[in-house]
Amino acid sequence: MSDATWIIATGALAGISCALVGTFLVLRRLSMLGDAISHSVLAGLVSGFLLTGSRSLPIMFIGAIAVGILTAFITNLLHERGKLQQDASIGITFTWLFALGVILISAFAGQVDLDQDCVLFGEIAFTPLDTVMFGNTDIGPRAFWTLLLVLSVNLLTIGAGYRQLKVCSFDPTLARSLGVKVTFWHYVLMTLVSLTTVAAFEAVGSILVVALLVVPANAAFLLTHRLGNMLAIASLIAVIASFSGYHLAVHFDASISAGMALSAGLLLALSLFVPRGLRS
Amino acid sequence: MTGMIQELANFWSLSDRNVLWVLLGAALLGLSNGIIGCFAFLQRKSLIGDALAHAALPGVVFMFYFTHSRDPWLLLAGAGLSCIVAHVCSEYLIRRTKIKEDSALAIILSLSFALGVFMLSMIQKLPIPNQAGLDKILFGQAAAMNSADVKLLAISSCILVLLTLLCFRSWRLLVFDPVYATSIGLPVRWLQGALSAALVLAVVIGLQLAGVVLVAALILTPAAAARYWTNKLGTMLILAGMFGALSGVFATQVSYLAPRMPTGPWMVMAVTAIFAVSLLFAPSRGLLIRALRRHRQQLRINEENVLRTMYKLLEQHRSPLPGLDSAQILSFRSMLPQQLELVLKRLKRRSEIVQDGALINFTSSGYQHARALTRRHRLWEAYLAERLGLAADHVHRDAEEIEHILGPDLEAALLDELEQSTSDPHGRSIPRSISKEHEHE
Repeated sequence: MSDATWIIATGALAGISCALVGTFLVLRRLSMLGDAISHSVLAGLVSGFLLTGSRSLPIMFIGAIAVGILTAFITNLLHERGKLQQDASIGITFTWLFALGVILISAFAGQVDLDQDCVLFGEIAFTPLDTVMFGNTDIGPRAFWTLLLVLSVNLLTIGAGYRQLKVCSFDPTLARSLGVKVTFWHYVLMTLVSLTTVAAFEAVGSILVVALLVVPANAAFLLTHRLGNMLAIASLIAVIASFSGYHLAVHFDASISAGMALSAGLLLALSLFVPRGLRS
Repeated sequence: MTGMIQELANFWSLSDRNVLWVLLGAALLGLSNGIIGCFAFLQRKSLIGDALAHAALPGVVFMFYFTHSRDPWLLLAGAGLSCIVAHVCSEYLIRRTKIKEDSALAIILSLSFALGVFMLSMIQKLPIPNQAGLDKILFGQAAAMNSADVKLLAISSCILVLLTLLCFRSWRLLVFDPVYATSIGLPVRWLQGALSAALVLAVVIGLQLAGVVLVAALILTPAAAARYWTNKLGTMLILAGMFGALSGVFATQVSYLAPRMPTGPWMVMAVTAIFAVSLLFAPSRGLLIRALRRHRQQLRINEENVLRTMYKLLEQHRSPLPGLDSAQILSFRSMLPQQLELVLKRLKRRSEIVQDGALINFTSSGYQHARALTRRHRLWEAYLAERLGLAADHVHRDAEEIEHILGPDLEAALLDELEQSTSDPHGRSIPRSISKEHEHE
């Protein structure tokens, strides 16, 4: 496959993974928690690296996911125990963790091969350079296979917990009365968000992860009233955005990941104008 | 250690011009952002600072592209402009579509940033001189602040503080009761516009010091911390401003002592520490005092429950009993024996009961207390049964809770309602109040 195809495919995988978990974030009005987790991940990456001295993928994943869940946990704690508004709790938690990450990087500068720019930007154009070997054959970019794995985890988890996640998203009180473990599913979702964010941010940068989390899901939110449709439409929009975003970026000779986010934005703008009759 | 003190002394002698600029800049920024942030916090728009900070990028890049200049005033004007556009877009999404507030912020934040990155990556391939580190404006670098930057910061901070003083009363009304503000003819749209503009200014001047991610904290965290200490807006503004300024001073010192340390993140760490202290220790709203209050309340409820149980047990016997033992109390009141032990000890200490061997009995003050509690309990039961038509077996649980919080005025009101009733729905008599009894005599 050519580099272009690999990039589009990687972008599409990141997009679908984000769209699936993003749908639940949007429905639960936790869109900004995606933003928060994608920032506080920096602290997780750095401390994972400092604790083990290794930059291997599993360690980074574990560190980042742990901090992602920690973010959700502290946010919840401030909101429920501290009687603080939800959005203020989110803001305080992630800015603190991000600041901690930057300070750790400064303190151990030279030892950590990371900086805050890499968290904020990230570039999908480089993914074809880092490939995996299977036996003696080159089977394509590492990011592609990582994201494929993450997408499978997302699909399996959402498939297994579809009913529970659905009722928790729309009516937590009803969920509790039906005996659904609302807190458990909240943290399942948060784990998926952390996992997806970490996997995708290497490829596209954290701000663009936020775009992929919320933009396709909101476009789908405008177009349908059914959760199943919303998940499908959001994924479809993510794939289209990946394809058109690549060409947009090549045309203007600009950042491909930004191009993908912008295409998703254009699709959202378009869906604002879809007449009511066509919405399902 | 002495070296560090020496360094600190050097710092505070302020002989180093550069240190002075950074110190002033950080303190002023903390002050003005903390103050403006209070209004955003109270309007439940805490994360707007985060969104606006990201929205500044396309403006900065755009301005640079057209002017090829890195004049801070020009770039900040660009940043301000794109923040305003982003703000208008997010208001449109919130008001005119079914997209929710949090999603609108996240959409605007990520798409403006994407647009900024897109344009930045285009520009970087053009032969425009002087563009190295343009993106640095977004990550903040306090140490590089010079007198021109501080002048800009100082002027902006003064504008923000003056604007707040000027608009204090109308903004207060806008934040707490926008409907009333509209009804008395205040120009609500203009006031909201001015507030948003102030917020944009606060974000934009914060970018250079704290960077795009952390400026959100300078707006939000001081306000959240100040809220724990006070219910008055004026006090809250002063506190938030102080917290912001203090963390600015602290962070500048850290950067001075350890030059590798970035000022912006340390400012955020300091202000978050202030927040944590407020969250835990603030009088009346802090976690610690609330836990203590809950604990005391639980103790009091346990005591009152035991008193009332004793009253009920003693009342059941026609001939006066010499007293009760704890087993009897425990058979009516489900609590752990240790718990009962503790409660009895406290009641004895306050001489509401006396204990003779295993036998427990009221003192006269304890008897009166128990009688008053029973009276409230049964009045409430009678009220629920007679006036609200609840079945007799449904009223006990509710009364069980209300007896602890029913005040004398409510008790009097209940009494007026239930003039004829002398017994509760279970047929037990409602004890009359002690003072009434005295009137009889």
